[in-house]
Amino acid sequence: MNNPVISANKLSLTYQTNDGPVHALQDINLDIKKGEFVSFIGPSGCGKTTFLRVIAELETPTNGTIQVNGMSASEARMQRAYGYVFQAAGLYPWRTIGGNIKLPLEIMGYSKEQREERVAHVLELVELSGFDKKFPWQLSGGMQQRASIARALAFDADILLMDEPFGALDEIVRDHLNEQLLKLWARTQKTIGFVTHSIPEAVFLSTKIVVMSPRPGRIANIIESTLPRDRSLDIRESQEFLDIAAEVRDGLRTGHADE
Amino acid sequence: MNKLRFFWHKVGPVVTVLLVIIAIWYVATVWLNSAWAYDKAKRADTTISFSQMVSDTMIQDKPLLPAPHQVIKEIYKTTVLKKVTSKRSLIWHGWITLSATLLGFAFGTTFGILLAIGIVYSRAMDMSVMPWVITSQTIPILAVAPMIIVVLNAVGISGLLPKAIISMYLSFFPVVVGMVKGLRSPDQMQIDQMRTWSASKNSSFWKLRLPSSMPYLFASLKIGIAASLVGAIVGELPTGAVAGLGARLLAGSYYGQTIQIWSALICAAILAASLVAIIGTIEKYTLRRMGIQL
Repeated sequence: MNNPVISANKLSLTYQTNDGPVHALQDINLDIKKGEFVSFIGPSGCGKTTFLRVIAELETPTNGTIQVNGMSASEARMQRAYGYVFQAAGLYPWRTIGGNIKLPLEIMGYSKEQREERVAHVLELVELSGFDKKFPWQLSGGMQQRASIARALAFDADILLMDEPFGALDEIVRDHLNEQLLKLWARTQKTIGFVTHSIPEAVFLSTKIVVMSPRPGRIANIIESTLPRDRSLDIRESQEFLDIAAEVRDGLRTGHADE
Repeated sequence: MNKLRFFWHKVGPVVTVLLVIIAIWYVATVWLNSAWAYDKAKRADTTISFSQMVSDTMIQDKPLLPAPHQVIKEIYKTTVLKKVTSKRSLIWHGWITLSATLLGFAFGTTFGILLAIGIVYSRAMDMSVMPWVITSQTIPILAVAPMIIVVLNAVGISGLLPKAIISMYLSFFPVVVGMVKGLRSPDQMQIDQMRTWSASKNSSFWKLRLPSSMPYLFASLKIGIAASLVGAIVGELPTGAVAGLGARLLAGSYYGQTIQIWSALICAAILAASLVAIIGTIEKYTLRRMGIQL
């Protein structure tokens, strides 16, 4: 039970380019426990998205090991251990919202009844019940992103990886979705890895904040949040919240200082 | 009222262009046929006025360029007034060409799609096949067509099939090019997404690549069907002008029947336009159902 769900050990990833090697990730050591909400924050080029992609086996590390659910990342991907939410909703325009959520279920061979049942369930989770017959273009950007989260939740993966899912949305919608995401996390007990470049978003959502710095991409600081799991948007006014945010900002600054 | 305006909005430009073409055609008719009219008068040792010359250019038997109304009259005579089974009926000839066109188009589309799938999924095919596909289109079809007819005839295949094969030769090309692009049109994120679901190649193809390629496929089909018709007509030329619009063109040129040539040409053009329009309609319907805005 106490075994980490995701465990990176001396992980490095180097791209060979025409201008010489690029160290996207260097010497990453990180354990993520079950049920944690971990945010990755840092400037662009710090490797936060790359690390998420390594967990998902969309990239292969050049050195070190990564374990997901106690297996290699490749085995975990084959067993569909995680749902991945991309920056863009990426819904298929020719499928309805329900059809889009069914897509991974069809691929994974769920029966028709199971598909219907799960679509209804996850639409309820992201508060989109009744929208299953609508087409993506009939929904706002925020609703589309919620539908894409529903799609990632539809199958039995207890890890949810999110790569700046709300990056393209305005702040009011983003606040609302952040609150919803916390509720969803509480209800589903999933382990969440969340990439962002917003300090308030990272502090508000996470139980653990991984601050990263670029060139080479590495972990500058890991901050365990002292905020209670059950939190509302008001918490952002509290001193505790501001202290953690300051700590994150410090970490980001130190990461930049040695450039 | 609104409906009428909408109608003119769509039809108006087409009719205007048509009227301009007909006007230019009439002027060209007078200009090109006047020499013959003056020549005739000279041989008869008379002189003719300008208006006499103009009226003569409109009624010649074998004019250099027949007037539009002569062509329309000929088309009317050979479609409405002839029985469909008659060898003088343009509808009969048109059907012969159309059947070869459709068969060739079906072959060409199937072959083109299969080739595109091979090229997209196999690196070896990607490297080796595409240059040959392009080369195939640089060879003039007029040079290849007689050989295909002769070779197939030698093994006992004649009639519809050789023409359909020539038609296929022209129509598979746009389909290959369009489908390769279409099947590769999903972006990296969509492909990564499939990977996160550890989807099989099969599912990625049916659920992502094929639907994504539809707009490209329809653009290709429109070019493909027109090319098919050209192929079918070309395929009819070396068969000794037996049947089909191509045969009408060839027979017309043997005997200097310019009116017959032009009416066959116009029929071929109408046929091509209708075929492209039919595909356009299917395209509109399909893509709208797929939620893709044109």
